[in-house]
Amino acid sequence: MREASTSPIIQVAIRGLMPVIQLVGLYVFFHGHYSPGGGFQGGVLLAVSVMLGRLALGLEMSQVVFRSGIAVGLSAVGVMIYAATGLAALLGGGEFLNYGFLPIPGLDPPALRNLGILLIEAGVTVGVMMALIAIYDEIVESRTESSVLATFE
Amino acid sequence: MHWQIEILLLVILVVAALTALQLKNLLAAVVTLNIFSFMSAALMVSMGAIDVAFTEAVVGAGAVGIFNILAIFRTTRRTLD
Repeated sequence: MREASTSPIIQVAIRGLMPVIQLVGLYVFFHGHYSPGGGFQGGVLLAVSVMLGRLALGLEMSQVVFRSGIAVGLSAVGVMIYAATGLAALLGGGEFLNYGFLPIPGLDPPALRNLGILLIEAGVTVGVMMALIAIYDEIVESRTESSVLATFE
Repeated sequence: MHWQIEILLLVILVVAALTALQLKNLLAAVVTLNIFSFMSAALMVSMGAIDVAFTEAVVGAGAVGIFNILAIFRTTRRTLD
C-alpha cells in the first residue's frame, strides 16, 4: 500500500520473489508456442510481480521498479502492437492477422508465421500487464473513501 | 489410483468453499478462496486441460488474491454482520 510494510520477513521475501516471478513470466511468454502458457499468462505473472512490490515496499520504493502513471499509455501500446501486426498482414496481401503474408522480405511463410505469433503475444503480454497495473494504481491512488462513497450517493 | 486423487481434490475444494463462506476474518477468507482456486486448477490438470489450469492458477490464485487484499485494505478487516 502507500507506506512500506514494517515486517522484515515480508520485505526480504518479496524482494527475493519479485525477480523470480518476472523470470517465470518471461519464460511463459517466450515458450507460448511449444508449451502451455502464452501472452495472457505471462502478462499476468509480470503484473503480479509489480503489484506484490507495490503492496510490500510502499508507493515510493516501488516507483524504482515501475513508475505509476505510465501504465495506461503502455497498455494502449500493447493493443497497438496487436493491431499493427494484423494490419501489416492485411497490407501484405492476406487477411487480417494472416501471418503468412507479413511484408518482411527474405523469410518463407513458416518463419513468418513463427514471427507473427511472437509479435501478437508480445502485444497481448504488454497489454494485459499494463492494464492490470493501471487497475491497481487506480484503486490505490485515485480517490479517498469519502469521494468513492459520494459517487454512489 | 487416479480417481482417489480426484475425489480428495474435490473434497478439499468443497471444504475450502464452505470455509470461505463461514469465516468472519476477511483476510483468511481470501486465502481460503485462493486454496479453492488452486484446487480447481489441480482438478483441471487431472482432466488434461493444462492451459486452462495454468490460467486458473495464475489469475485465480495470483491476481485476484492481490485485488481482494486491496479491497480489504479499503474496508474493515472483519465482517460487520
